[in-house]
Amino acid sequence: MHGVVAAVDWSIIKDRILHPDSTFASALWKTVYIAVVSQIIGVLLGLVAALCRMSRLRVLRLLSGLYVLVFRGTPVIVQIFFVYFGANLLFGFDLFPRNLSFGAFAISGAIMAGITALSVNEGAYMREIIRAGIDSIDKGQMEAAKSLGMSPGLAMRRIVLPQAARVIVPPLGNEFNNMLKTTSLLAFIGVTEMFQDADIHYSTTFKPVEYFAAVAFWYLVLTTVWSFIQAAIERRLAAGDYADELSFRERWAQAFVWRMRI
Amino acid sequence: MSDVVMRATDVHKSFGRLEVLKGVSLELTPRETVCIIGPSGSGKTTFIRCINHLEKIDAGRIEVNGHLIGYRERKGKLVEDSEKNVARHRTEVGMVFQRFNLFPHKTALENVIEAPVRVRGVPRDQAVAEAEKLLERVGLLEKCGTYPAKLSGGQQQRVAIARALAMKPALMLFDEPTSALDPEVTGEVLSVMEELAHEGMTMIVVTHEMGFAKVAADRVVMMDDGLIIEEGTPEHFFEAPREERTKQFLSRIL
Repeated sequence: MHGVVAAVDWSIIKDRILHPDSTFASALWKTVYIAVVSQIIGVLLGLVAALCRMSRLRVLRLLSGLYVLVFRGTPVIVQIFFVYFGANLLFGFDLFPRNLSFGAFAISGAIMAGITALSVNEGAYMREIIRAGIDSIDKGQMEAAKSLGMSPGLAMRRIVLPQAARVIVPPLGNEFNNMLKTTSLLAFIGVTEMFQDADIHYSTTFKPVEYFAAVAFWYLVLTTVWSFIQAAIERRLAAGDYADELSFRERWAQAFVWRMRI
Repeated sequence: MSDVVMRATDVHKSFGRLEVLKGVSLELTPRETVCIIGPSGSGKTTFIRCINHLEKIDAGRIEVNGHLIGYRERKGKLVEDSEKNVARHRTEVGMVFQRFNLFPHKTALENVIEAPVRVRGVPRDQAVAEAEKLLERVGLLEKCGTYPAKLSGGQQQRVAIARALAMKPALMLFDEPTSALDPEVTGEVLSVMEELAHEGMTMIVVTHEMGFAKVAADRVVMMDDGLIIEEGTPEHFFEAPREERTKQFLSRIL
């Protein structure tokens, strides 16, 4: 009447925040576990790709480069759709059936496809982060390990990676923060995670402000909780006896990785 | 036991178009300590890095205890050896680096036991007991639980020596072990090395410390421009170096 197009119904927002229903609780749980599982698989894929990048075999190095090129160079939503809708047609069979059950634990095909797409996409970013972390470790460490008779694999595992981990953790935390939010894209293939839940309420009530504000609040809760966990992990790593502060090389590598991501 | 611990024959090595080693030959008999001197860029460091295959050689051959290093013979030709064999042969050669290269995420003791436990499969208790003896020998028993960042350069280098000795190598290589150290702590490292030499360890030491060469070396080798140009006893180098380039070099460092 006086320029207000629609009055905000604060009671809805309050209710969504203070009294989440069980559907929402299950949506929140899906968001969290999809993000966690995708991040873990993404880190493992990134590690494998980073090691391939350093392989003596040219073909592995090329594959690793191609992987990053493709998955960092295309939108993640395209990758999600490709995996969910395209892969079935491409392979001539259902890569992701409607439902999969592992005993009592059932998981929908959409979630499987979503986790697959998100992890493969994440792996490409993690390869760059892990590679930068490994590169930041002085070459003398590998040489010293080799001179003691350690094989390159053992030296990597026991000497280089534990040191690289310190460099990798801060950008890895940022990746996970991103991942928590990127899971919302799975709404478009029908995964009932938090954003999908909000979208369903919006389309039945036509109250976008209330429902999207409420779901934004919940994303903020997740990312904030994570930022505290991340800070605690980083504090523990930094408090290690072994180095009072990061070396110049490590700082540089971190700065580089962060900028690349932004 | 053979009478030659290390034999390098006509070793060549290039980095791109720069030929760093132009045919280096050297033999070491057991218990011998050889110091390699020479101006920077003469190939001394590259040469000892070739001895444990941290650098691949382009031609010639290097044997330690009778095993070819880095290569194996197939139909009279040398082909590059598997990483597993290279690693196994490296256990016979200990190396001490200019910049120590201790593992910063491990304590002094953990640095020393890492390779015996992980590579040789020595039981941990036994490795710890041996490591403690080695750290005592380099005067750092009380620093067992200390991380490298909390040790001085001289202490770090002594831990690095203990770490290399823990693999019971037949040959120890020292790559300018004191040149990254403050002058006041070089003495503690050199005296550990001197003791080792007198105990009969076979050693090759790239160094500019002529004082050390004088007391510990059986032989001094002068390298310049990728070749050994003169060798002899330390006395020879102090009293009557033959080559003009040797005289010039010594006059600059002494």
